Amino acid sequence: MNISPFFFYLFAGSAIAFALLTVLKKNPVASAFSLILVFFSFAGIYALLGAHLVAAMQVLVYAGAIMVLFIFVIMLLNADTPSFDMGRSHRLLRWGSAVLGLALFATFVWVFKNSAALGTKGAFTPVAIEAAGGNTQVLSELMFSEYILPFELTSVLLLAAIVGAVAIAKRGKKRVGHAG
Amino acid sequence: MDQLDWIITVGKCALIAFILLQVVPLMVWVERRGSALMQNRLGPNRLGPLGLFQGIADAVKMLFKEDRIPGHVHALYYKLAPVVCLVPAFMTFAVIPFGSQITVGERVLNFQVADLNVGLLYVFSIASLGVYGIIMAGWSSNNKYALLGSLRSSAQMISYELSLGLSVIGILMIFSSVKLGDIARQQGEILLQLGPISIPKWGIFVQPLGFLIFMTSIFAETNRLPFDLPEGESEIVAGYHLEYGTMQFGLFMMAEYINMTVGAAMITTLYFGGWQLLPGMSAIHAHLGDLLALSDMAREWVRVGLEITSFTLKVVFFLWFFVWVRWTVPRFRYDQVMDLGWKVMLPLSLVNIFVTGVLIYYKVI
Repeated sequence: MNISPFFFYLFAGSAIAFALLTVLKKNPVASAFSLILVFFSFAGIYALLGAHLVAAMQVLVYAGAIMVLFIFVIMLLNADTPSFDMGRSHRLLRWGSAVLGLALFATFVWVFKNSAALGTKGAFTPVAIEAAGGNTQVLSELMFSEYILPFELTSVLLLAAIVGAVAIAKRGKKRVGHAG
Repeated sequence: MDQLDWIITVGKCALIAFILLQVVPLMVWVERRGSALMQNRLGPNRLGPLGLFQGIADAVKMLFKEDRIPGHVHALYYKLAPVVCLVPAFMTFAVIPFGSQITVGERVLNFQVADLNVGLLYVFSIASLGVYGIIMAGWSSNNKYALLGSLRSSAQMISYELSLGLSVIGILMIFSSVKLGDIARQQGEILLQLGPISIPKWGIFVQPLGFLIFMTSIFAETNRLPFDLPEGESEIVAGYHLEYGTMQFGLFMMAEYINMTVGAAMITTLYFGGWQLLPGMSAIHAHLGDLLALSDMAREWVRVGLEITSFTLKVVFFLWFFVWVRWTVPRFRYDQVMDLGWKVMLPLSLVNIFVTGVLIYYKVI
């Protein structure tokens, strides 16, 4: 499978550029909009790799659903620029984070250069997936047969999170009721 | 892909974009004349036959107005917002089939821009982006009413996207495919034979509850009445597009009507057989072929023509339905919208999935 280098560099470049904007923008809403474009660039790369389902899910779940919630919360709290402006941090902290960041980057480079596992191909080559009926079919079959337990456990985890959120919201409401 | 394939694909894209753009002025006209009809008045009737050219006059007016940007807005996002609203609306139509296929020589011509493997998921992922235009507009306008409008819009979209997504699971279970081409094709099968009348396996007959939930959610997603809380002019002036004028406001209008068209096309494809011929049309096809003594190839072209016609007629009906509902039902209150979404639509769509599963298990459907 050949990936067009032009499109790869286009999406990779825009991902890096918008990731930087996400961090550097002072305005929280502008940061969030940049993050959406980062997710988009990722989706483009997934689509180039032939993983159309992952690309669609990336846009649907991250760019579509989660980021709407993010922006909704930011706008609801009306977080304006000053509350996010924490001033200049301590000099030691700044230098420390720069060194740690560079160390992380170096580790990534080293791993990608030296790891043997990256070069090996699994059973799911593009040809095999196409023969089995495409991305969506193959992934759904695996998810609902071999990996049913992790799948169900994840949904239980999400359910627990929802119940927790509702419980916290209800508790706050009762207190307000008593006061009023 | 050789050169001709490229030309065909680009041609199809251009054709769809062109038609969607023509739908906008026509729908504005239908909306104004339709509301006038229902309110027992005349509506625009001066320009052209039946006032049909009113849309052109509106566009000219918007284009020649002074393009003024208020001083208190975030200029970049303010200018970007209408575009962000409009682009996803166009993109969604790429996977909707508006006819079956025809074999010309050795080339199979599909009447669909791209039959993606992820089909329906693509539609949902692109449709979920439309809300950013509204959010961006409301936030960058730096105006309380506009911000309220976009807050309402994002809350509404999140709530109804859930029931929208869950309501089509039933369809996916029955046709066991997410490709819209497959779904449309399988709806040609016969569900029931009642004497001379055969009922096709259209989505509405196998998923009546799913259809109701889907359609309600589409109304909410396109911000049409009774769900037009984001612009509710009696409470928040004009909501998210309060600060916009000229053609920038025009772009929001276009996005709304194109979203409606895509919504109508989705309802048609999933629940009304897509390009499947309307009742009686197959008889017309056979008679016309015999009457004119057409060759096999010509008959094929007539079939494709009839298919595109029936798809268009179904879409037109649902577009009219959008207008019909708008001028019939009053706007919901905000808490009613949320209650309906979370306490009625979401549980009902879960029930629908469960019942569909049971019916498929016992091989009723």
